Amino acid sequence: MWEMIVTIFTKNGLVMSFIVIGVVMYISYLISDKLTNKRIHGSAIAIVLGLVLAYVGGVSTGGSKGLADVTMFSGLGVMGGAMLRDYAIVSTAFGARIEEIKKAGLAGVISLFLGVITAYIVGVIIAIAFGYNDVVSAATIGAGAVTFIVGPVTGAALGASSDVIALSIAAGVVKSILVMIGTPLVAKFIGLNNPQSAMVYGGLMGTTSGVAAGLAATDPKLVPYGAMTATFYTGLGVLLCPSVLFLITKAIMGS
Amino acid sequence: MVIYGLAILSLCFFLGIFVGDVLGVILGINSNVGGVGFAMLLLILVSEYLMKNNKLSAKAQEGILFWSAMYIPVVVAMTATQNVVAAVKGGPVAILAGIIAVVVAFVLVPVLSKLGGKPSINDGASVNK
Repeated sequence: MWEMIVTIFTKNGLVMSFIVIGVVMYISYLISDKLTNKRIHGSAIAIVLGLVLAYVGGVSTGGSKGLADVTMFSGLGVMGGAMLRDYAIVSTAFGARIEEIKKAGLAGVISLFLGVITAYIVGVIIAIAFGYNDVVSAATIGAGAVTFIVGPVTGAALGASSDVIALSIAAGVVKSILVMIGTPLVAKFIGLNNPQSAMVYGGLMGTTSGVAAGLAATDPKLVPYGAMTATFYTGLGVLLCPSVLFLITKAIMGS
Repeated sequence: MVIYGLAILSLCFFLGIFVGDVLGVILGINSNVGGVGFAMLLLILVSEYLMKNNKLSAKAQEGILFWSAMYIPVVVAMTATQNVVAAVKGGPVAILAGIIAVVVAFVLVPVLSKLGGKPSINDGASVNK
């Protein structure tokens, strides 16, 4: 009986994964709603839950593919594999308008570049400080400090190991959550009270969910301004990190 | 039709990845150089062109928007299949990288806000409004 169910799940892995992720999303948004008063965005909680599930899967099977190593859940590897992930990421560019970025102005554009580059540098320095001395790992963790999307995309493009990719996701999630919680607390000190500074802020922080939730808690009127620049951040990060920034890192680290 | 949207998205996807691969070969590194980013850029340009000329039906847009909405769930699935056990042994790298990246960005907000101040003024005069 049980075996029959497991076989059905295994054979139809991708469809099964929709249920698992659906449940994870539901629980996450429930937690966001009831326990954090929406202060921490459901998507960030969902990613944390995903990491926890991967940990549980790894511990219980001794494998290296997280929950996908549990036979019944192997379909998660298809849904979360590189192909669908990159496909979904590319699709998010739909609706972004070049005109929007023009509206953000020079400060918006500078903040985007500066935001991606500083986050990357911070990540790389810390990675090296903790002994991740090979260029690919350092660049992947650096990209993770940009956002939890840029990290794995960079890691996959450069051929980083799964544990380094997991670290890069975790770094991005920490950043995202910190932005959500920290923004209302520091808003006063950094002059975050007008559309102009909101656009700069969105470009520097980048994590869209973090920016949206953080600004909502600060002043809901600022959300669209911050989100406008933030939507370009991941795209820029995905463009720069595995290319220009990686090459510069490689040239400096020399291996 | 919905599939038209997916077809456009797929074309951008493959062209972008192709450019990334070619760049990787040219630069002599065995990896994809910014392919996803190029694909995104391409999708922005293509969709903007098609929308302007009313060539993208509502259904076709729905096809692309569906995947856009699946983005976080797909990322959650990706997260659930990483080698987190090994990553946890890596210790505080992730937490520190995340925290410091945010702190640096917070510090830069007031600096850049001033730099790009919208009114292109001959200094100072309009500061106290």
